[in-house]
Amino acid sequence: MSAPAQDTAAPTQPPTTGKKPAGLPGGKLLLGLIVPAAVLLAWWLVTDVFGVFTATQLPAPQAVLEAGLGLMSSGDLWGHMGISVQRVLLGFLAGSAAGLLLGSLLGLSGLADRLLNPTVGAFRAVPSLAWVPLILLWVGLGEDGKVLLIAIGAFFPVFTSIHSALRHVDPHLVEAGRAFGFHGIRLLTTVQLPAVVPPVFSGLRLALAQAWLFLVASELLGASEGLGFLLTESQNNGRTDRLLLAIVMLALLGKLTDALLGMLERKALKTWA
Amino acid sequence: MSAAPTLERSTAAIEDPQPQASAPRLEARSLSVSFDAVGRAFEAAPVLRDISFDVTPGEVVAILGASGCGKSTLLRAVGGLDTGNSGQIRIGGNPVTAYDPRTAVGFQEPRLLPWRSVRKNIELGLPRELSRAAGAARVDELLELVGLADRAELRPREISGGMAQRTSLARALARRPGVLLLDEPFGALDALTRLKMQDLLLEVHAQTGTTVLLVTHDVDEALQLADRILLLGAEDSSTQAGATVKQLLTIPGRRPRDRGSAELVRLRSQLYAGLGVDSH
Repeated sequence: MSAPAQDTAAPTQPPTTGKKPAGLPGGKLLLGLIVPAAVLLAWWLVTDVFGVFTATQLPAPQAVLEAGLGLMSSGDLWGHMGISVQRVLLGFLAGSAAGLLLGSLLGLSGLADRLLNPTVGAFRAVPSLAWVPLILLWVGLGEDGKVLLIAIGAFFPVFTSIHSALRHVDPHLVEAGRAFGFHGIRLLTTVQLPAVVPPVFSGLRLALAQAWLFLVASELLGASEGLGFLLTESQNNGRTDRLLLAIVMLALLGKLTDALLGMLERKALKTWA
Repeated sequence: MSAAPTLERSTAAIEDPQPQASAPRLEARSLSVSFDAVGRAFEAAPVLRDISFDVTPGEVVAILGASGCGKSTLLRAVGGLDTGNSGQIRIGGNPVTAYDPRTAVGFQEPRLLPWRSVRKNIELGLPRELSRAAGAARVDELLELVGLADRAELRPREISGGMAQRTSLARALARRPGVLLLDEPFGALDALTRLKMQDLLLEVHAQTGTTVLLVTHDVDEALQLADRILLLGAEDSSTQAGATVKQLLTIPGRRPRDRGSAELVRLRSQLYAGLGVDSH
């Protein structure tokens, strides 16, 4: 097991060191790397060099790396990551789609707003994790239950952002649209929807962060795979190295998905703002 | 519905296969407007009352009055942006409909969609039934007319206030309106740009011949642009609330007028007096 780990360790080393010359022209990136590097150094010093902590309390950085490589070569890590990403994406898509639909309806129709907003507001007032027992009872915490919980987490940021944005579209622009013969769906697509693109993207990014949060919650509560399961399993087995690995992976995946959404957002803002 | 044949005629004219024709193809389309005992009240508080007068096709009428006297309310009623008035307003003999397609409005603020280019904003004003090619040709003409041909691809935030107002004017003209409604369109512009915009409006009127109702609080602007000036205000002798037609003046002379002519000076004093201001 350790021999292949050693083999894969060698090729991963150059990219890490190769990052530095690549970062040189971008001084900003380099500046941002100072603190993480210092933390890594301090971590290495207190564990491997001075042995302040035991491996169960805080394993050395290279132990975490080794744990990662080990889980990678066995394929377990990919499995955990894959299922977690799938749950987050499904829940995020379902939750934000529902948020966009209901938010549009309430944002555009005064009647729907008066009819439904108090109810939606009441549901929003419930801390979303309070639904867990009901989900367990009604759906069970299998795949459906997990995706449902994540969708609930993603729903409200999107709903709130599009609802309030549509309520605050410049009435002057809407009136100008009407004056030039636009109404109904044409007015919506010509004036109202483009006007709310920037705030909706803020809502979507919030929703994505919420989706990761609720993923971990749902997997901590009961799962047989996924990064949240890796967290609890590692804790139970005293594998703090794997536990830290799971945290790092959650950070990386969260950042990666947010960066992808951010790219989409910049593109949309260029067109619509 | 008498407007329909006129509309068809103008559409046919623009699709006439003569793209090389350098003569302006924005041919005349102008409609009359008649006000018959028009009034408007907001929550039982009368703002306008008993307004009756007629505008002949192709005429430029300035609606002058103090701030808050209901000038814009009257204009919005003609465009069908506000339908709560009493009495009757007719365009070309037919009652005004909601967001009446025979009219086009130039607002005080340009009200351009910030995510659309100048050209795309002007396209918003095109009538729905116009073909793509004819629409593009009309927008090109209008860009030329308002002098924005080289700025067509810029966004509203990349152009000056005067250019934004010209874009707004072009968007209104894209509809080929029978009645052009302008609500203090130059009010927010600096003095020099304002004078240029007034000249542009006269040029547009000369080319299109459209009927123009222009709301303004600027006496000189009204004297310079209008065939007639309608002074709105509360009657001194009346105890009734709400503004009505205080004076209806015909301005002598052809445009552009000499701002210093004795006749205009006299009218200016008369208008200032009507607005309750000492003309010194």
